[in-house]
Amino acid sequence: MSQSLSSIARFSASDLFKGKGQPGGRVAPFVAILLAVTVLASAANLLLPESSPFYVSTYTITLLGKYLSYAMLALAVDVIWGYCGILSLGHGAFFALGGYAMGMYLMRQIGDRGVYGHPELPDFMVFLDWSELPWYWLGMDQFWFAMLMVLAVPGLLAYIFGWLAFRSRVTGVYLSIMTQALTYALLLAFFRNEMGFGGNNGLTDFKDILGFDLQSDTTRVALFAITALMLALTFITSHWIMQSRLGKVVVAIRDGEARARFLGYRTDNFKVWLFVYSAMIAAIAGALYVPQVGIINPGEFSPINSIEIVIWVAVGGRGTLIGAIVGALLVNYAKTRFTAIMPDGWLFALGALFVLVTLFLPKGLVGVYDQLKAHFAQPQSKSDESSTPHQESAKEASV
Amino acid sequence: MKIKKLVSGMALAMGASMVSYGALAADTIKVGVLHSLSGTMAISETTLKDTVLMMVEEQNKKGGLLGKQLEAVVVDPASNWPLFAEKARELLTKDKVDVIFGGWTSVSRKSVLPVIEELNGLMFYPVQYEGEESSKNVFYTGAAPNQQAIPAVDYLMNELGVERWVLAGTDYVYPRTTNKILEAYLKAKGVADSDIMINYTPFGHSDWQSIVSDVKKFGSKGKKTAVVSTINGDANVPFYKELGNQGISSEDIPVVAFSVGEEELSGIDTKPLVGHLAAWNYFQSVDSEANEAFITNWKAFIGNPKRVTNDPMEATYIGFNMWTQAVKKAGTTDVDAVEQAMIGQKSPNLTGGVAVMNKNHHLSKPVLIGEIQDDGQFEVVWETEGVVAGDAWSDFLPGSKDLISDWTSPIKCGNYNTVTRTCSGQNF
Amino acid sequence: MKRYLALCCCLLSLWLNPALNSVYAETDTGKTSTGETTTASSPHIQQLLTELTQKSLNKAVPVLEKLEQSGGEAMLPLFRTMLDGNLYFIKANRQVISVTKAESGKAFANVFTGEPLPEFTKKQIKKIRVNNRLRGYLRDAIARIQLSSSDPAAREKAVRNLLSDLDPSTIEAIQSARVNESNTAVQEMMDLALAMHKLTNAALAVDQLEAIEALSGSLESEVRNLLARVSESENYEPAVNKAAASALVKIQDKVEFYAFIDQLFFGLSLGSVLLLAAIGLAITFGVMGVINMAHGEMIMLGAYTTYVVQLMLPNHIEYSLWLAIPLAFIVSGLMGVLIERGVIRFLHGRPLETLLATFGISLILQQLVRTIFSPLNRQVASPEWMSGSIEINPVLSLTLNRLYILAFALLVFFLLQLILKKTSLGLNVRAVSQNRNMARAMGVRSDWVDAMTFGLGSGIAGIAGVALSQLTNVGPNLGQAYIIDSFMVVVFGGVGNLLGTLVAAFSLGIANKFLEPVTGAVLASILVLVFIILFIQKRPKGLFPQKGRAAE
Repeated sequence: MSQSLSSIARFSASDLFKGKGQPGGRVAPFVAILLAVTVLASAANLLLPESSPFYVSTYTITLLGKYLSYAMLALAVDVIWGYCGILSLGHGAFFALGGYAMGMYLMRQIGDRGVYGHPELPDFMVFLDWSELPWYWLGMDQFWFAMLMVLAVPGLLAYIFGWLAFRSRVTGVYLSIMTQALTYALLLAFFRNEMGFGGNNGLTDFKDILGFDLQSDTTRVALFAITALMLALTFITSHWIMQSRLGKVVVAIRDGEARARFLGYRTDNFKVWLFVYSAMIAAIAGALYVPQVGIINPGEFSPINSIEIVIWVAVGGRGTLIGAIVGALLVNYAKTRFTAIMPDGWLFALGALFVLVTLFLPKGLVGVYDQLKAHFAQPQSKSDESSTPHQESAKEASV
Repeated sequence: MKIKKLVSGMALAMGASMVSYGALAADTIKVGVLHSLSGTMAISETTLKDTVLMMVEEQNKKGGLLGKQLEAVVVDPASNWPLFAEKARELLTKDKVDVIFGGWTSVSRKSVLPVIEELNGLMFYPVQYEGEESSKNVFYTGAAPNQQAIPAVDYLMNELGVERWVLAGTDYVYPRTTNKILEAYLKAKGVADSDIMINYTPFGHSDWQSIVSDVKKFGSKGKKTAVVSTINGDANVPFYKELGNQGISSEDIPVVAFSVGEEELSGIDTKPLVGHLAAWNYFQSVDSEANEAFITNWKAFIGNPKRVTNDPMEATYIGFNMWTQAVKKAGTTDVDAVEQAMIGQKSPNLTGGVAVMNKNHHLSKPVLIGEIQDDGQFEVVWETEGVVAGDAWSDFLPGSKDLISDWTSPIKCGNYNTVTRTCSGQNF
Repeated sequence: MKRYLALCCCLLSLWLNPALNSVYAETDTGKTSTGETTTASSPHIQQLLTELTQKSLNKAVPVLEKLEQSGGEAMLPLFRTMLDGNLYFIKANRQVISVTKAESGKAFANVFTGEPLPEFTKKQIKKIRVNNRLRGYLRDAIARIQLSSSDPAAREKAVRNLLSDLDPSTIEAIQSARVNESNTAVQEMMDLALAMHKLTNAALAVDQLEAIEALSGSLESEVRNLLARVSESENYEPAVNKAAASALVKIQDKVEFYAFIDQLFFGLSLGSVLLLAAIGLAITFGVMGVINMAHGEMIMLGAYTTYVVQLMLPNHIEYSLWLAIPLAFIVSGLMGVLIERGVIRFLHGRPLETLLATFGISLILQQLVRTIFSPLNRQVASPEWMSGSIEINPVLSLTLNRLYILAFALLVFFLLQLILKKTSLGLNVRAVSQNRNMARAMGVRSDWVDAMTFGLGSGIAGIAGVALSQLTNVGPNLGQAYIIDSFMVVVFGGVGNLLGTLVAAFSLGIANKFLEPVTGAVLASILVLVFIILFIQKRPKGLFPQKGRAAE
């Protein structure tokens, strides 16, 4: 596993950012690398024997799948934060809602194979004496309907929240705190057992998806590959949106909302729809995450998780899309390694990372890379960034 | 390898034998430790990690097991439930451990369960829990509800003459299930609906004014009232403080808790708690030679003369001892062989008497009721005569009263319905 | 705002009014009487005492009953010692002794005379165990004996304790004590007991009605229970049933009124906690525009300071809080200045990035505390004067710690207002917050003002930590529990407006507490959150928006 990940990292350092200062230039190489790694890892898992030195274990595949869904989540946050200046501290909520919709489908697939053998009710409902399925669980046994809900529920929530917030021009800090309150309220709500979502334990013990055994290697590889594909797809779509006229308006709103409004754009509409789009990406990420990790519970709603997503984006470099993905992959990889090596030191490291990145790397790793490249291309033109964080940040549009 | 997963039943056995082959080839027997060392649960679980490490060290001093040294593999699932599953997979596939000691919360166990059943691992779970589960791959050395909650209620009813009941808990699955069982039990004993008050609060609830005042009102109806508390961890301190401040003493309305032990009390000003009760299978204050030796070893191992011992530690101790005995009996660390060898194992309790591993992977243990003292210890005021067998499936829940668990032939099933004679919900 | 203040004053005056005969709901500490040694040393008693050391817990009550009968008042010290769990016996001769904790180890004394005894080793003595049933019995026995106590409060309490268990012998005791009773409150309580007895035992309806008359208006729960029984019982004439029912209704109305006051107090108390937690944030966030996610950890530092102070001065718990308050202010304040100088000043005008950086700081501080003090919760003791409650009547009692914290929160609020309105620092702070550049042009050292403001906000969070250490756990997660609530309060009240914070804190506290009985605790907090989210959409600048040019 360390192999495949470090290979991403190595590539990212040398080949990935072959853009011309424009983040757009990096789409094709990135997608190519992503898909190549996916195909190679999948093949190495399925075709090679376990004794082969190139064998990729199922453990690694699942881990990679998890990282990629996190990357997608980071992408969703970058779309609204990096390009539109909306700092959402509640994107974990959309991720979790998507995950719950998928989890409900998987629960219904268990059918009568639960521990109590009830034909319809999930186990947690049986032992808490539920007599029948609550209405919001109906239809979730159909895959298409569940997938519709994966998009519709977070989308609708984002629409209502966005519509209310952006129309009354709740911006900046206030908006961030409101999104945090939103995810916190959902956290408390999903902890309640009366809600019918399994309370603190959440949904778990999944058996199969669309008839495929979730514990088989092929299903795991397929899920990993689908996650990679969806990541590539959302990445390309988001990139395309940001390059289009729509994207230009969005950036204009970030840099001067009042001005954009005076130019005749209904800025609130743009923001609402971008917010919905972003929420849906997060939801898809959540839906892909759940079958791979095998559990969804209210912990995913916790405000800290949402803040962490923002940090991934900040580390990678916001407003670049690619930065969000790289940031998510790197931070999560580091987390996996460091929690194993020094559980006590890990929080110190994470905390320090937050502080140092905001202070010294306002543009993240991608920004550093661009700067280094510019530096080497025209050696005398610009000084190193990290020595003048103040000026750099001042130049940047305040968010 | 693909075939292995397709024909799962047979293949899993094969996979298991491969794993154990790998272990036999290695120089050591690996013991996985899956307890959170960071995050919210670190408070409780770090202690258990140290307990396992101490047991491993002692076993190695005795010459190891099957002629090999034991090696502990410690990972940190960081109180993150999906991470428990991930780390369990890591332990079983990367480190190829022979046994795992781990878990605290129910959700962590539920998260690990599919992985451990898929890869045919072996896990010891040392904490009191809500029951309603019996996996082939898990041994439950903590108390089931009938080993903690029901004896406690019996004590209150028969010894203290309690007639009105407040079932207060944190809103998660353990209190929910325990209270369901208790409610059914109390009603079976003829307690009226109006004499039972049930209340749930969120994790870490800190403002208990209204609830305590409700309890006070509920208790002022002229009948002896008691609170059965499944309130979790951090919420306990403000709860007991509020009780004390609102003038409810342990004589007026005693509180019996299932989640408050020596370790929790060590962070509390125990003054307002004195006289309130707790039900466990072990108390540090119990006077026995085995216990004294265990406490001395623990304090020496941890290097802190003030550290306390508690019930989940004893559960870990018993589980570990039984596992070593079972491995010796089976002559191998192969999971299937050890699993069968575990059933019927006997190991002395620290409080006296002998614990027995039953067919349903639960222990028979004594149940003790203790009153909290001002030094943070418990004074045993009551104990069951003999041991109580842990019941995987409660007899008081409609969904599970027909279910039993029996891992010996011919049933070999964790959820066997005695009415329909079927076995449901097995993952292999 | 004025309403709340009026209410507080009202509650305070209730407390201070001596006519209400307020009683501290703690066990009174009686003095060991020394003149009774003759009774205590009689052979019969000695034999009973020896028996006591031999009986198991369940069989101790009959022995105690005999002791009470034959010993009477002389047994008071014995019962008290036993109730406190300090009764031991010497294994060699089965003589009972009192063992109490003293500054250096343990103090050994004769139970009855209090004369000090030589030291015993742990092996030589054994504790006489008590369980709740014995405690209950001992308490009743002490109450019975104390009917002739010299302290009227103790006598009143003794009678009240007996209300639940009125048998002929206690009635006799009360009747004889009533004759010599001079204190009106005790007289009333005794009359109540006698009336209750009359109602249950009198044969004539006239007498029963008279008893109901005497009982109506009493808030004692035993009276209510008795009336409820009588109103439904067929052993009484219909007229009596009716009279009991109507008396009950009258009492119920009163009870409901007090329950309302009680709930209001709960709300105010929760509000005061929210106010304390949020007020520091109102300064850093409201005045400086910095989103300090490490605010919760400033509270935590304050709480840990309290812990350390108590650790240093284990014998002065009573005064520890007074020392902890300024120390916590200094510790958290200095940390605040450090954060401002080290990190925040580089992030001016970028509020969202201060959020990220301070979140990182909060993680570091939490982990620091875990490393230094261990992840376990730490034990912070409550001083005696903050324990217990003021009992205004049988259905309304206000807990002391909450009352003090309410007063303390208001005090902190007014002091802060004073600082901001009346000092030159306050003037500078307001100037910088309204127009940084203009203030600088006028010669205000904005750097210095920023550091001081941040220090002030953090220091006040530290003080909040001292207060919270009296209510909840002191552990690494303490801050996390309050950070979101604090933000809600500040945003709801209106950023940059301390008065708004005050109103928001109390209204959210009260709303929460009035919702709780209806919806349960979890749903109540969810509803409050949803309400705030919707409210902010309607009024993005909170309850009291900043007006004028300062408001962008």
